[in-house]
Amino acid sequence: MADTEVRPVENGEPTEPGQRPRRSGRRSLFLALIIILGTMIYAFGYEVTDVDLDEIRSETRRTQLVRVIRELARPDLITYERIPTNTDAAILLPCPNGGFTPPAPDPNSRHIVVSPACGEPGVDINVSGFNFSGNARGTLYQVPPGSNLELRLDTFQTDEDGTFTVTVDTRERAETEPQTIRAVTRENIGTIFNRVQVDTGEVDDDTGEPITVTSPRISKAATDTWERIIETVFLALLATTLGVFIAVPMSFLAARNLMRDVSTPVIKLALQMLALPIGIGVGILAARLARDVSERLIESDFLVIGGAILLPVLMWIALRWAYPPLEETPPTSQEKAARGAVTAGVAVAGILLLYLVSNLLISFGDWLEEHGGFFDFIGSFLSSNGDVLEAIIAVTTALITAGTLMSLAGRLGTWLKARVPANVIRNATLPLAAVAGAIIAVLIARGIGWLYQITDPMKITWVPAAVGALFGLFLAMRAYRKEQVGIGLTIYYLARTVFNAIRSIEPLIMVIVFVVWVGLGPFAGSLALALHTVAALAKLYSEQVESIMEGPLEAVKATGANRLQTIVYAVVPQIVPPYISFTLYRWDINVRMSTIIGFAGGGGIGFLLQQNIRLLNYRAASVNMLAIAIVVASMDYLSSRVRERIV
Amino acid sequence: MLKVEHLTKIYEGGTLALDDVSFEVPDGQFLAVIGLSGSGKSTLLRCINRLIEPTEGRITWNGVDITTASQEDMRRIRRRIGMVFQHFNLVHRSKVITNVLQGRLGYVNPALAIINRFPKQEIARAHTQLERVGLLEKANQRADELSGGQQQRVGVARALMQEPEMVLADEPVASLDPVLAHSIMRYLELINDEDGVTVLCSLHFLDLVHRYADQAIALNEGKVVFEGPPSEIDDARFQEIYGQEAERVG
Repeated sequence: MADTEVRPVENGEPTEPGQRPRRSGRRSLFLALIIILGTMIYAFGYEVTDVDLDEIRSETRRTQLVRVIRELARPDLITYERIPTNTDAAILLPCPNGGFTPPAPDPNSRHIVVSPACGEPGVDINVSGFNFSGNARGTLYQVPPGSNLELRLDTFQTDEDGTFTVTVDTRERAETEPQTIRAVTRENIGTIFNRVQVDTGEVDDDTGEPITVTSPRISKAATDTWERIIETVFLALLATTLGVFIAVPMSFLAARNLMRDVSTPVIKLALQMLALPIGIGVGILAARLARDVSERLIESDFLVIGGAILLPVLMWIALRWAYPPLEETPPTSQEKAARGAVTAGVAVAGILLLYLVSNLLISFGDWLEEHGGFFDFIGSFLSSNGDVLEAIIAVTTALITAGTLMSLAGRLGTWLKARVPANVIRNATLPLAAVAGAIIAVLIARGIGWLYQITDPMKITWVPAAVGALFGLFLAMRAYRKEQVGIGLTIYYLARTVFNAIRSIEPLIMVIVFVVWVGLGPFAGSLALALHTVAALAKLYSEQVESIMEGPLEAVKATGANRLQTIVYAVVPQIVPPYISFTLYRWDINVRMSTIIGFAGGGGIGFLLQQNIRLLNYRAASVNMLAIAIVVASMDYLSSRVRERIV
Repeated sequence: MLKVEHLTKIYEGGTLALDDVSFEVPDGQFLAVIGLSGSGKSTLLRCINRLIEPTEGRITWNGVDITTASQEDMRRIRRRIGMVFQHFNLVHRSKVITNVLQGRLGYVNPALAIINRFPKQEIARAHTQLERVGLLEKANQRADELSGGQQQRVGVARALMQEPEMVLADEPVASLDPVLAHSIMRYLELINDEDGVTVLCSLHFLDLVHRYADQAIALNEGKVVFEGPPSEIDDARFQEIYGQEAERVG
């Protein structure tokens, strides 16, 4: 600090004496314009946002505000059982000859003093109470001797010290015996340190025993909040987990450095596009076949369990044979064919196995749900996982089959490219590309046609086919010389666009669609959050992939590793810490989002909070907000601690 | 026999990195590639195992055309060519043994990668190679816990795992101090002498070239400006290769 010195400030721009006034004049004009423009912008802003200072100063608004803030400051955490408490004093109406002296009350306990202690019926009396609870409300009654009749006189409110004084008219009722002036207050029973059991006066219908409650106890608002906050945290957990599972593979597709070099010969691409719809068709057929077989199998539990044990063993042996851990010499074509056949067989067995496993899960889950007692929720978890598995088998099978056929078509393309003269390939590419383009275009058009309920075959088949064919031809012509198309970058841009589009829609809005699909509740909320998580995480993850060190990638590639091996051995080790860090960060965000996703029907604490605010139940709302604050803060702390340790 | 004919590489953006490079390397030779930074040494080495796609020209190795090989053939070619890098290119967060095992990726079944497993005999082989470079006791440490020289020895072990017939070394000692440089170079010399592995090594220091190489080629702006035994590089040649202002160090 010692050697800081004040330097003379120089004007940055060299100015000639003659020029200076003009330039500074222009500058002030510019400044004035900016000020005027700024004023206009903010004035317009005031106008459209209805800034109204009168509302701020309004007396009624202020009272309301104070009331709400005070209620918010007293979260409804603890409920006291309150019972009516009588505090009696005697009065004699009318006054006897000798006057009347009521029994003296204990000055240390709660008591009321009536003056005068006797008088004509209907006389005005002063009632003072001492040692009541502070700020409590109560009612004064006049009770004739030997009866249960309570004649209402007036209400009272104690001050902070628990005392009050009111003047009331007595009822015009003459009795020879002393009558009772009774102050009835509703008093909290017990204290936090001295909890008591209170008889509610009701009787259990089944056992006939009187129902007792503890006072004070945790309030209904607090228990509801507890239930909902648990729901909220797990909603966020499920959404994050589901999102991560999808986002991780997607992030590789959206990483420029991995996709940049992926290019493919046009002939290969065209053949693959042709194989895609065929593959999906074959895949659906295969899934259906496996389901039929499994339905026949599941009639016997013995077969199901036997199959579920035997199939993996058989598959393992077959795969061990087909794919030796080391391959020293290139396989012959017979070996290749045999391997292909074995792989196809294993795939069908795999689908069958999945059906069996899903069936096992469902039956075991259902059994556990009925007989598991406390663990019934695990049963329901297993059985719904079985359901999910069964539902996705057909889709995955179709996709995997399509993928397999596409890779076979790709190999055919590579093989053709190596065997057939280049100009023949080039010319064969054009019609193939046209057909492939037509097929893809028709598929897309069918999708759009379904969305807008178009059935005209001209619009959803012939025109798209023609356009697609032209587009395919155009692409093939463009790549005519190079013979390669950079499919990787296309996928990259496509993935990026989709992620950005999804990411720009807030989960609060997405949940509206999911509520229509799966109904109000936390499930809709977790689906909406999961979708948003996929898009957001895939983007964050892919940026991490893009920033990895290229060196190891190069080194692993140079050993002869294929793409999958390169990713597993060179990319994955580098991205594990940032992936974990981003996942925690996202869970953090999801917990925060899930606290309000209930506002749009997505379940969790937000649903409760919204209800309480609408019902003007601010003390309960305050409990909800408190819970949100605690959960969000502790998640924040926890995730930052975990991130610190990992990264 | 490695044969490079009329190899040209033009990067996207028009940079001419290699300009009609032709030479031959008989099996078992130790070839030094010298030249200024940016003269195309790295590009040349990377074209040989097609980490960089050449623009024109042909590279044949034992009669197989590398430049037109399919991806699947390329896997079989690459696994016989070990590579050692200037910046070691180890995966920092992986264990040393895993880094060495990566040398076998061209041999093992790719499906095993999903479960991150290597066959037992490969793990034994990795231990042997680590022993060979004197780092057996470091096998289970993270790669980035090792010093620079140790990391490069792991890099050598990784290349040896491939049972290579040829090793491409891209300035393997440029990030190491001179003492360490000799230790790494000796490993390369050893596998060249004992295993008869062809070594192509780009180098900066001429004394290393004189000491270890059988043959040298020099590149300048992508062109071959010298080809011959290292002993022929006298002061005049040196000026040709490195330019008029260059001065010899070491």
